[in-house]
Amino acid sequence: MDFKRLAKPALLAGMMVLGSAASALAFTACQVTDTGGIDDNGFNQTAWKGVTDAMAEHGIEGRFLESQAATDYEPNINSLLGGCDIIITVGFLMGDATAAAAQANPDQKFSIVDYAYDPTIPNVLGQVFATDQAAFLAGYLAAGMTKSGTVGTFGGINIPPVTVFMDGFAWGVDYYNQQKGTSVTVLGWDPDTKEGLFTNNFESLDDGRTFAQNLYDEGADIVLPVAGPVGLGSAALADELGTDNLKIIGVDADQYLTNPEKQGVYLTSILKQMDATVKSAIEAAMDGTFAGGLEVGTLENAGVGLAPYHDMDSAVPAELKSEIETIKQQIIDGTISVGM
Amino acid sequence: MSEQQQAQTEKLAHQLLQRAAPSRTVYEDLIIVPVFAIVAALILGGLVMLATNVSLEAIGKSYVALIYGSVGSLGAWSETLTAATPLVLAGLGVAMGFRAGFFNIGAEGQVLMGGMAAVIAGFSFAGLPIYIHLPLALMAGILVGGFYAGIAGWLRAATGAHEVISTIMLNLISYRLVDYLLKVPFIQKSGRSDPISNAVLDSAQLPRLLDWIDPNLRVHGGLIIMLLAVWFCYWLLFKTTIGFEFRASGENADAARFAGMRSGLIVVLVMALAGALAGLAGANQVLGVLERASPGFSAGIGFNAISVALLGRSHPIGVLIAGLLFGALEAGGRQMQVDAGVSLDLIGIVQSLIIAFIAAPLLVRAVFPWGFRGKAASRKE
Repeated sequence: MDFKRLAKPALLAGMMVLGSAASALAFTACQVTDTGGIDDNGFNQTAWKGVTDAMAEHGIEGRFLESQAATDYEPNINSLLGGCDIIITVGFLMGDATAAAAQANPDQKFSIVDYAYDPTIPNVLGQVFATDQAAFLAGYLAAGMTKSGTVGTFGGINIPPVTVFMDGFAWGVDYYNQQKGTSVTVLGWDPDTKEGLFTNNFESLDDGRTFAQNLYDEGADIVLPVAGPVGLGSAALADELGTDNLKIIGVDADQYLTNPEKQGVYLTSILKQMDATVKSAIEAAMDGTFAGGLEVGTLENAGVGLAPYHDMDSAVPAELKSEIETIKQQIIDGTISVGM
Repeated sequence: MSEQQQAQTEKLAHQLLQRAAPSRTVYEDLIIVPVFAIVAALILGGLVMLATNVSLEAIGKSYVALIYGSVGSLGAWSETLTAATPLVLAGLGVAMGFRAGFFNIGAEGQVLMGGMAAVIAGFSFAGLPIYIHLPLALMAGILVGGFYAGIAGWLRAATGAHEVISTIMLNLISYRLVDYLLKVPFIQKSGRSDPISNAVLDSAQLPRLLDWIDPNLRVHGGLIIMLLAVWFCYWLLFKTTIGFEFRASGENADAARFAGMRSGLIVVLVMALAGALAGLAGANQVLGVLERASPGFSAGIGFNAISVALLGRSHPIGVLIAGLLFGALEAGGRQMQVDAGVSLDLIGIVQSLIIAFIAAPLLVRAVFPWGFRGKAASRKE
């Protein structure tokens, strides 16, 4: 038989494993992504950037596991147990699975993006973001930039970390209308009834195209897709239609930079600096100051913000830019309270 | 006796002999060909990974991880069995359909509907003891899954609507039905605006079998149910009249009808049985693994079940083995990500290659022409 031939690669592979075991002493930060994947140019990718930043700066090891479906959350977290100094779960939908794993393994440090436990769990640090503050600015900007008098938004799944973008966006438009006496309408989300357009997934680029097309057909010339990689489909549509007809507002990362092929379509992006909070959670675990609880990103601590206008810079009137700067300061000092 | 007749007689004698004593051909088909299929798939998978700039070291590491993550530890076995259980259950359902000549594409929808019914039964009825509540929730999954597939069976029997079309359409309906049900106030988890159900009560959860060793071992009572289902299907197919009728209809529907079998009844029965098994797979997921339902909780089990049934050649034992292989690939694939950092998409390609090669014994024989003396054995059981 051919066992000899079979045994050779196995032996070789075995030696490789021994070789890798030697480097297992380094601090290891592990991440479980939500569906959508690590290369989604937005949500998961930004969170992973926090780990890679920490790897570059501190020479630690980083690992990730991608979730394909909600059924993967628990086994993904489980298979990282034991080998990781800190496990970072990315996404509100992983809240239950993370809590269960944290309670079953009280010595393992966890941090979760977009979920706040009440009461807090001693070995879990929740990272949440006042994204509505930054989205408020984006809404104001969109209302000032629209030519058709209609802007649109749609979300992935109707969960708080998604709708908080849409809330802020709609309130920002309202505020513009109040200040200027205009009547710009927002399609796709009503912050009072909490009902709107949702693709019910964070994966389908086709949905991103279809939803943006529908909003465009209804007259929207600026669309805010809050659905991770789904928004890349919307960007592709805007690229085809031309930015005079349809502009996109990016989310999570500065999508002008993360989606270079379609960068021209982004008016701006609503930044949610998960990379910074993930990195600081890792650093806290490294130097022993890690504690469970809550970390909130705001405009004030630059946890959320508005990306530069890049190519659109010349298109945005200087007056509108300075108004947005003023509003940003007013939100920070409390003169304007978003959503209250 | 003409020459042709003689040749036929010889062929028949050869077949009879083979049945009495499995020759080297059968042994090759069952053991050597799958081994070579895996080797071929791993080599080809390695080449694909090389082509996408994965280093040789990472490829070696990832293959060790594939084995380690699927059978290398107690935790790995637990994950393999946990992943295999619903695949075997739903695969049995699809296989029953194949046996009777029905191509049931609807397992995914039946998993979803059965799972939803089990969740609703699982969070309702607080205060029941586990020995009543758990069977009740399982039974809800079985009945609703069976009923849902029975619709396709009834459409076939009453109107002649082809089951491939009707089961695909029932799948599409089930997706949206689940989305809708998860937003119904008494099902939706309170305080959430996204579609997610209440949690299954402790008294309806399939108990974990090994949590006294390590609380993270997920293998649960569904495993026992799955093994019972394998035995039940084997008994039904090969030891009962109804099983004989299923198989007879599958071999030749017209002959079966002329022999006095009621084809309409068989259609409905076989589809209901297939749906019941798929519904049980859904119940197994929500009561044993997920504890609640969310959109897409079926996670493609119903579609993988078709591959499992085909790979297992629609034989209950074959389905069990094929399901275990799929489960092992799922658990091992996760470990490949953890240990070697290979992208999930590449892992999917390697997994698919392994399955494709095992499903194509003739291809393996062509790739490795030496070492195989006999020709491929008959595909039919």
